[in-house]
Amino acid sequence: MLTVKLFAKARDLVGSPTVQLAWSDGQVVAHLKQVLGEQYPALVPLIPRLFVAVNNDYAADSTAISQADEVACFPPVSGG
Amino acid sequence: MISLTHEPINYQALTESVRSPNSGAVVLFLGTVRELTGGRRTVALDYEGYPAMAEAKLAELEAEACLRWPIDRVGIIHRLGHLELGDISVAVAVSCPHREQAFEAGKFLIDELKVRVPIWKKENWDDGSTEWVHPGGEMSKPE
Repeated sequence: MLTVKLFAKARDLVGSPTVQLAWSDGQVVAHLKQVLGEQYPALVPLIPRLFVAVNNDYAADSTAISQADEVACFPPVSGG
Repeated sequence: MISLTHEPINYQALTESVRSPNSGAVVLFLGTVRELTGGRRTVALDYEGYPAMAEAKLAELEAEACLRWPIDRVGIIHRLGHLELGDISVAVAVSCPHREQAFEAGKFLIDELKVRVPIWKKENWDDGSTEWVHPGGEMSKPE
């Protein structure tokens, strides 16, 4: 299983600060976005703009994720 | 010094922390909760962060700024939680030998913070609605 943290509007749309997904090590960020959209249809409109962070750094769609990684998904940031 | 806090930001202490005899210039930026945005009236903002990554990204910004300008010291504090009008949401203080460097470094730090550091604000409008601010599109519709 892969634990994914959610923030801001992504968390509100899913209704939970974390989700658990079935996962095989080596699957990539693009796959994570696809799975999130399938399991949480409310997220679909946000997915084109969703960022994925792996171990506290922004990850590309081609970045591989393993179950031990710290993974987070969130929309564009608006601090300051 | 980099930190996230749920308490009011002590920007006087932050400013003092970057002062030194090596620095002829100290620049302080304060981000403040503003009432009007595009004609709509804000009553409060709620800030949420992803603390571990936010601190990592702030440290990365500080390191990048130190490569580009002859920075003496940097201090950045971002507040999280519920902020009222006029409250200070973020303070960036930077010291350099000369003012041009300090202004440029300070602008870089706040500009990059706003696009790179995982912190989000939610508007509380005066009509009672709330809305996450997610720049770059039409996603952020009133809820």
